[in-house]
Amino acid sequence: MNKFILTVLLFFPLFVLSQENRKDYGEFHGNFELNAQTYSADSLIEAESVDEIMRMNTYANFTYTKGNFSAGLRYEAYLNTLLGYDQRYNGQGIANRYVSYVSDDFEITVGNYYEQFGNGLILRTYEDKTLGIDNSLDGIRLKYIPVKGVRLTGLIGKQKLYWDYGPGIVRGFDGEISLNETFKKLTDAKTRIIIGGSFVSKFQKNFDPVYNFPENVGAFSGRFNLSRNAFILSSEYAYKINDPSSDNGNIFKDGNALLINGSWSKKGIGILFGMLRLDNMSFRSDRAATINDLNINYLPAITKTHTYAFGAMYPFATQPNGQIGANIEFFCNFKRKSKLGGKYGMNVSVNYSQVNSIQKTEIIVNPNDEIPNLNGYTSNFFAIGEELFFRDFNIEIQKKMSKKLKIRAVYMYEDYNKLVIQGKYGMIHADIGILDFTYKFNSKNALRVENEILITGREPSGKKQDYGDWYMTTLEYTSSPHWFFAISDQYNYGNPDINRRVHYFIISGGYTKEANRIQINYGKQREGVTCVGGVCRTVPASNGFSLTITSTF
Amino acid sequence: MRVIIIPIVLSLYGNVVFSQNEKKSELPSVDIKTLTGETFNTSDIKNPDGPIFLSFWATWCKPCIKELIAVDENYEDWQDEFGLKVYAVSIDDVKSMSRVAPFVNGRAWEFEILLDPNSDFKRAMNVINVPHSFILNKNGEVIWQHNSYSPGDEDEIYKILKEITPEK
Repeated sequence: MNKFILTVLLFFPLFVLSQENRKDYGEFHGNFELNAQTYSADSLIEAESVDEIMRMNTYANFTYTKGNFSAGLRYEAYLNTLLGYDQRYNGQGIANRYVSYVSDDFEITVGNYYEQFGNGLILRTYEDKTLGIDNSLDGIRLKYIPVKGVRLTGLIGKQKLYWDYGPGIVRGFDGEISLNETFKKLTDAKTRIIIGGSFVSKFQKNFDPVYNFPENVGAFSGRFNLSRNAFILSSEYAYKINDPSSDNGNIFKDGNALLINGSWSKKGIGILFGMLRLDNMSFRSDRAATINDLNINYLPAITKTHTYAFGAMYPFATQPNGQIGANIEFFCNFKRKSKLGGKYGMNVSVNYSQVNSIQKTEIIVNPNDEIPNLNGYTSNFFAIGEELFFRDFNIEIQKKMSKKLKIRAVYMYEDYNKLVIQGKYGMIHADIGILDFTYKFNSKNALRVENEILITGREPSGKKQDYGDWYMTTLEYTSSPHWFFAISDQYNYGNPDINRRVHYFIISGGYTKEANRIQINYGKQREGVTCVGGVCRTVPASNGFSLTITSTF
Repeated sequence: MRVIIIPIVLSLYGNVVFSQNEKKSELPSVDIKTLTGETFNTSDIKNPDGPIFLSFWATWCKPCIKELIAVDENYEDWQDEFGLKVYAVSIDDVKSMSRVAPFVNGRAWEFEILLDPNSDFKRAMNVINVPHSFILNKNGEVIWQHNSYSPGDEDEIYKILKEITPEK
């Protein structure tokens, strides 16, 4: 008996060894992100202090994959949650978990999942930790490829709401066919065509004593994507049946959305066109939800995303209740050793976008009607509303002057309807200028000097609009591949209130080793998107120390 | 007898464990998109001729663009020296996804460009912020990764590429 055990012990490893490389215990990976901040009150910049002195958001993902099988979970801790995030996040625990099986032609996922149908106009679940958004569905998702090039997706679930779930149930189906993949004759055709369609329905019980709210609300959409050589055109049209909600003032009007994107580009040159019209398209799994809670769909801002501090001072946000807008952008690369390109080449982009209201004619409700018309308004699809929401013209030039010096210059002309977009003040005009120099001392050390100026228009009284004029300088020193140090000062020198002409001074340092990173900041921060030391994220208004640790493993 | 066998057994077990440790991680299989909107599975990110530089970026991310410009400036040399292939995975969502093609062509980049509009691949790779880059060896195994970009990081990339390329 002993001999038998010994023999087994002796040969077992050999047996394992013989299939050494085929033996697979799977892979275990993850990431970790900690953001902690102290808060000191500063009434001048409206920064608040907190009772806890320090607050922290931490996220850790763990994923396991083995062959066709994968599973993952995310631990989150908000102790307590950083200012700028919803306080309903306070607490800690497993916020997300899933198990998934994928084979060549089908996929099953149970638990939390993120999904986007087409352009997301009627369904997109996603997470964005810097925005505090996680609207993942917890339920079941099936994907199936019946024939090559055809993809079917079906799903059902409840939407995540902080540590809880929304009251509604979301169900959806999406189908897509890539004609060139499915039909052999088209395999090598220059024209590539993809056609798709989706249907999404939500269910929420009605307990309202007055309104007879629909309990099942459906939305559907159709889309195509066409490309040929340098040309790409895509479009999606979505339609939503009556969906009275706190967003639209409980009207029963149907909603619709049209998105068109086109581009033409070849080496060294590119043109982009986009347009989006929205009419009553907010779509949530709870008709009473507000802010960023329980959105089922995603309505993109088609305007250009600016990440320079002042470029992002007045960012446009999509208006789901109604907007019509267009965006045009031109990209050009002047070659090295050409007349305009100089010795090292030059890159130019020019962008214009404008978003207006949609035309609306109000319906006066007559209470004497047998069935009162509760649609709220009618809208002419082809008319553009008179109210301007946003206008942005900007030009950006990048040029390498020598082996050591690179320059980026930006000019922006903006009109911003703060009343519509943020619910306060009114129309703001801003001119913004940015000069960004990067000087490389040697192969490892570089200094970046960023100068920005923002000048607002004047009110009829002659007073400067909003917070008036700003100036900013950032000095950022990097020593590749590990270190960075930066100091930055944003000076609100033109604030109409003389007592609020404040310096927002901030100092930061960081160390990166491969995919591990630690960063410390001290100072005052305005709300906005900041990019320092090579990484971008949004940061709320604050005054104090902050610590960020990230790691991917 | 036992005295002899036990060390042998242990050493063989040791070998097994050791060979397991040697196994490097490979890319997960996730469906993302090409510039023309067609589905692309990330297990098809391959380069039989040499290593791969895989970079997560976005059109709105300035450090990402700086990194890709730096890689672009060296790309021809690195293709000749290592047989390198660059995959640049854009995490631009619907908001800016259609910018990617004219943006890339406007800059005359010759990378393989992929779109990850709902961050499915980014999540599968446990990427937190962009830019985040990976270097894969000829067998498709991830051997290096890096978050953020500072001018000069391209020298680090070169060093790694040199290390993993066998002398000819």
